[in-house]
Amino acid sequence: MRSRRAVIWRWLACAVLLFVVGISLAANFIAPAGYARQYREVADAPPSHQHWLGTDEIGRDRFARVLYGTRISLLLAPAAALLSTLVAALVGGLAGYLGGGWARAAMAVTDLFLSLPWLFLLITVRAVMPLNVSPLVSVMVTFVMLGLLGWTSAARVLCATASSLRGSDFVRQAKASGIRGVRLFWIHVLPNLRPVLYAQFWISIPVFILSEANLGILGLGVAEPLPSWGSLLQELEGLVSVGSEPWKFVPLLLLAVVVTAFQFVLSNQEELAA
Amino acid sequence: MLALRKSILAAAICLGATGGAWAQGELRFCLHTEPKTFDPLKVEDESSVMVRYLTGGVLLRMNRQTQALEPELALSWKVSKDGKQITFKLRSGVSFSDGTPFSAEDVAYTVQQLMDPALHSATGDAFRSGPGNVETKIISPTQISITFPAPVAGLDRQFDQVAIMSAHSAKKEMAVLGPFMVDEYKAGATLRLKRNPNFWKTDAQGRKLPYLDSIKIDIQPNRDVEMLRFKRSEIDLINTLDSEYYDKVATTSPQLVHDAGPSLDTEQLWFNQVAKSPLPAYKKTWFHSAAFRRAISQAINRDDLSRVVFRGHAQPAIGPVSPANKFWFNARLKPQTYSPDAALKALQAEGFRLENGTLKDSFGNAVVFSIITNSGNKARERMATMIQEDLQKIGIHLNVVTLDFPSLIERMTQTFDYEAIMLGLANVGLDPTDQMNVWLSSSENHQWNPSEKTPETAWEAEIDRLMRVQASSADTRKRKEAFDRVQEIAVDQQPFIYLVNKNALSAVSASVQGASPVIIAPQTYWNVERLSLK
Repeated sequence: MRSRRAVIWRWLACAVLLFVVGISLAANFIAPAGYARQYREVADAPPSHQHWLGTDEIGRDRFARVLYGTRISLLLAPAAALLSTLVAALVGGLAGYLGGGWARAAMAVTDLFLSLPWLFLLITVRAVMPLNVSPLVSVMVTFVMLGLLGWTSAARVLCATASSLRGSDFVRQAKASGIRGVRLFWIHVLPNLRPVLYAQFWISIPVFILSEANLGILGLGVAEPLPSWGSLLQELEGLVSVGSEPWKFVPLLLLAVVVTAFQFVLSNQEELAA
Repeated sequence: MLALRKSILAAAICLGATGGAWAQGELRFCLHTEPKTFDPLKVEDESSVMVRYLTGGVLLRMNRQTQALEPELALSWKVSKDGKQITFKLRSGVSFSDGTPFSAEDVAYTVQQLMDPALHSATGDAFRSGPGNVETKIISPTQISITFPAPVAGLDRQFDQVAIMSAHSAKKEMAVLGPFMVDEYKAGATLRLKRNPNFWKTDAQGRKLPYLDSIKIDIQPNRDVEMLRFKRSEIDLINTLDSEYYDKVATTSPQLVHDAGPSLDTEQLWFNQVAKSPLPAYKKTWFHSAAFRRAISQAINRDDLSRVVFRGHAQPAIGPVSPANKFWFNARLKPQTYSPDAALKALQAEGFRLENGTLKDSFGNAVVFSIITNSGNKARERMATMIQEDLQKIGIHLNVVTLDFPSLIERMTQTFDYEAIMLGLANVGLDPTDQMNVWLSSSENHQWNPSEKTPETAWEAEIDRLMRVQASSADTRKRKEAFDRVQEIAVDQQPFIYLVNKNALSAVSASVQGASPVIIAPQTYWNVERLSLK
């Protein structure tokens, strides 16, 4: 009975995600005016028939920007999350599996990464980047940087989990049966790390979306005129001005819905696996 | 007799009531940064300037409303024909806040301290027009003449910034001649000023000024918090207001916000013209071309920038000087017209051609360049994005880059690794001498091509000559002619492409009486001694 309800929730969450992904991919048809066109005569306008979510401060259709921004964030935040999870699995998983000096060395490197002032490093990276890069390249660079830098916390969790697996009965049994090295890690350890990897992956997505928004303030995020959830969320700065304009909360609402849907997919997968 | 007594009593009650109403209350507002010094001679930062304005007594004061110079501690003054000497006749019977009498000795002491090279005073630098010492001659306790080694442009106006210090008071800079004196200072949190009991001014009815008992200044860097506190009536004034906040407040309480019209500040962009910059040669050729710069300027819709980005609280810029600067603005200059077609024609005349929606130069290079602005400044980011769309209409692809301020400054002043930059210039003074560091080709702040050994173009040489003419002359008409010509050259050559002049927006609580916001700092409390609270 419980697993049947879980399946329904899972399908519902999948449907929501598919719907969001679908409409974002169909943005060219739903909002043919595009995300960059400036309707300057109706800047900062409330919702209307022409502009369902109103226009932003320079007259760009907010609905179109939400659709295109969703496309960018939904494609690139998971890509960055995947990158960071892979790095975390490699560093943390192997360190925990190998144990001893390897684990200590890997965790020392992880701690070093955690202690570095990444904000200043990112500012430095942006400062030395070439200026004439297209907005699309700037998006890719942003998310790759996030993916390469966001693995440390996940690596610690994975190291601890892999370490506990190393002493488990089934691993000992596998070793006694003669399975060793990469084969043991691949067949017996990695599948058991999967729930943790999934969790780290899903957790990273909203973190990266929000990180992108923060980086945008420092000039490290998605370049104009390309939208992203991060840049759209920047509209919520200054609470004084937002209270009377609830439609500006749509990107935030969408982010919450998508992250919740991801969580449902994840938790139900774990439940089913159990 | 009884009637007379009743009348006297009634009059006394009236006076008492009025006097009480005028003399009570604490004005509250925020400064965004902490004042770095209370020594009026060492002031450099904006917050210290504000404190100096509230506490310092000056010989002459520029009326922030009329922009005319008015006597304060000096009853009258005279500048010699050669612009080297100024003679003041001083007010008598004036005392510092600690009771020390004010005399010509204090003026001489202040000037000598100010001009001491060891002090490195930014205020003093404005008087340093040539090598040599400044001589002060005390003619009598109420008369003094000051002689400078070389003519000082706008000599009398410079004294607006010179707060007189006591030569004899043990309290030194804490003994003041202004309407208020420092009472309590909690670093990083609050500065409280109390009324100077010895302030010399009275109002038309003979009442002693200032009306207010005290001023509480909170150090609040966050403008959102400042706005919230104003809405909660925790502070009474906001000196400079964002156009977005202005409109929000205006919809509910229009009587609280004030648009004083165009300010002196300018927003501009410029192209990198530094010969040693690491840009490709073909881009250097574009940026060195006045025709290219003029075409870019013509393709920018300034009306839209003013109307959309600043919600109508800005005016399209005409040239280097805002029309708000009543005397120095060159009224012969025409507003810059927006015409993408004319811009494209001008570029085509220079060998550029439009191919499949992309503008290319005569060598086939697509016209693509980046513009940097400081991250976090929403107005500039929006202007850059609008200009991006404007230039797209003539086939130019503009990449908008926002950088943190130190990185931007490093590219602008050290590496010269940039193509175009958009920034603003906050003009505090009205006199063109204040802009010498921007216009002289040898200056480090000559942004488009700093620290030129010799002027690299004929028009820069001409600007150098004209700026020196206006800086070394005491003849106002001659100075005006020279600076008018500088403005004409600047508009013709477009080393800076001026975009808009932002309006001076401020907010004043309904409880404040006597406020009349202006465009020049301190916008809301320039007449602080006459402000009172309901």
